[in-house]
Amino acid sequence: MIELLQAGRSFKVKRTVVHAVRDLSFSVPAGEFVGYLGPNGAGKSTTIKMLCGILTPTSGSVRVAGLDPSRRRTTLARRIGVVFGQRTTLWWDLPLQDSFELIRHLYKVDRGTFRARLTELTETLDLGAFLRTPVRQLSLGQRMRGDLAAALLHAPDILVLDEPTIGLDVVSKASIRAFLQRQNAERGTTVLLTTHDLGDIERLCRRIMLIDHGRLTFDGTLAELMATAPEQTTIEDVVTRLYTGGQ
Amino acid sequence: MVRTYFLLAWTWTRAAAAYRASFILMLVFGLATGAMDVAAILVVFANTDALAGFTREEVLFLYGTASLAFTVCDTFVSNLDRISQHIKAGTLDTFLIRPVPAWIQIAADRFVPTRIGRVVQAVAVLAYAVAALGLDWRRAWMIPVMIVTGIVIFAALWTLAGALQFALTDAPEVANSFTYGTYQLNQYPLSIYARDLVRGITYALPLAFVNWQPGLYVLGRDDPFGTPGFMRFLGPAAALVLALAAAAAWRQGIRHYRSTGS
Repeated sequence: MIELLQAGRSFKVKRTVVHAVRDLSFSVPAGEFVGYLGPNGAGKSTTIKMLCGILTPTSGSVRVAGLDPSRRRTTLARRIGVVFGQRTTLWWDLPLQDSFELIRHLYKVDRGTFRARLTELTETLDLGAFLRTPVRQLSLGQRMRGDLAAALLHAPDILVLDEPTIGLDVVSKASIRAFLQRQNAERGTTVLLTTHDLGDIERLCRRIMLIDHGRLTFDGTLAELMATAPEQTTIEDVVTRLYTGGQ
Repeated sequence: MVRTYFLLAWTWTRAAAAYRASFILMLVFGLATGAMDVAAILVVFANTDALAGFTREEVLFLYGTASLAFTVCDTFVSNLDRISQHIKAGTLDTFLIRPVPAWIQIAADRFVPTRIGRVVQAVAVLAYAVAALGLDWRRAWMIPVMIVTGIVIFAALWTLAGALQFALTDAPEVANSFTYGTYQLNQYPLSIYARDLVRGITYALPLAFVNWQPGLYVLGRDDPFGTPGFMRFLGPAAALVLALAAAAAWRQGIRHYRSTGS
C-alpha cells in the first residue's frame, strides 16, 4: 500500500540545506496498523506530507496505492484519508453537516452510499448532538471526531493521521482509539498514525516505526521495541532511551 | 470543474451571509468604488471634449470592456493572490489533500458574492457606450471576443501573481501590482501613456490586447502608435500563450511548496 525507497526531502533555510527526511525506505502492506514515532522535528510530518502529495520528495521515490503522490495528487486523494490533529480540514463557518455534504460532492460519493456511511460514522463517532453546529463552535474533541468522519466519508483504503489525539481528554482519546481499531479490523483500512501519546501506540499499533533526524531507527512490533532495552520496564522509558540515543 | 467551483462559491456565500452587516457593507463599498472610476472619467470630459483623440463614449467603451473582464476575474478568481496567507499559515495543506485541483479551491476560497455588483456596473457602462457610439455592426463580433480574451488574460495574470507567491511569500503586494495595477492602466486609451510603457504592456504582458488593440478595431480607428492592422486580431493568441505560461508557473509553485512545520 505504501512504499518508500530512499525517499528524502531537504529544505534550503538561509543557504544551508536541512534534511528533514533522508534515505527513508519502508513499506506498509494493506491492512496494517502502523505507529510512526519520533521526537519533535524528526521528520514525521514531512513523511506524512510526502505520502499525501503535499510535499514533493527531493530524492528517492514514494508510492502510495501504486501512485506517485506528488504527480497524481488529486487521483490519490480519493483513495486516502488524511487527518491533521493540529489543523482542521473542515469549513470553519459551516455546520458540520454542510462540510460533510460538500465533501460528498468533492469526492463524488453517491447519495445512497453517503447516507449509509454518514449514519454509520454519526453513530460510531457519536456526532449526532453537534451535526448542526458550526465547526468554529465545536470543542476540540468534537472537532477531531468531525475531522475523522470527514476523512472517512469516501471510504478510503488508507488512513493517514498526524497526531490525531493531540490535546484530547482521556474519554475522547479512548473513543477515537476504539473507532480507529474498528476501522482497521472491520474494513481492513491501512492506518498510519504519528503520535506523541505512547498509549495510542500500546493499544493500537501492531507495528512501530521510529524516525530520528530523518532516518528510520527502529521498525518492528511492540515486543521487539521493548526488547531493545530489557532493563527498562515501561514503553516511556524504552522510547526515551531510543530518542536520546541510548543514554 | 465549473460545477465544483460554484458549489464551493455557494458554500462561501452561505458562510459570508452568516455575518450580515459586513455582507451589506461590502456590497455598498463595491458599488461605490466602481462609481468613482466612472466619475473620474466623466470629470475629465467635463473639462475637455477629447482625451488623446478619443471621445467620451469611446473612452467609456474602452473602460467598459476592460472593466467587465477585470471585475469578472476579480469576482471569481481574485483570491488566488491571497495564497501567501495560506502558505504562511500552512492551511494550503488542506486544499492539497482533496481530489479537486487546488487552483479551483483557492479561486473559490472566501468567495464574496457582493463583488458581482461591480460586474453589473461594468455591463451597464459598456451597454451605454455601445448604444451611444453607433458602432459599425459588422465589427461588433469583436466585442464578445475581446471580453473573453480579457477574462483569460486577467485570470492568467492572477494565476501568475499567485504562483509568484510561492517564491515571494512575504511580498504579496508585488503580485498585486500585476493585477490591480494593470487594470488601472487599461481604464484609459493607451495613447495617453508614453510609447515605451505601451510597448511593454503590448509585448511583455499582453495587456494591450484586453481592450486597446481589439477596441481600435471595433471603433474603426488606426493605432496612434502606428502598430500594423493585423495586431488587432492577436488577442486570443496572446491570451492563450499567457494562460499556458501561467499554468506552468502555477504547477511549478505547487511542486515547490514547502508547507510549514508539524
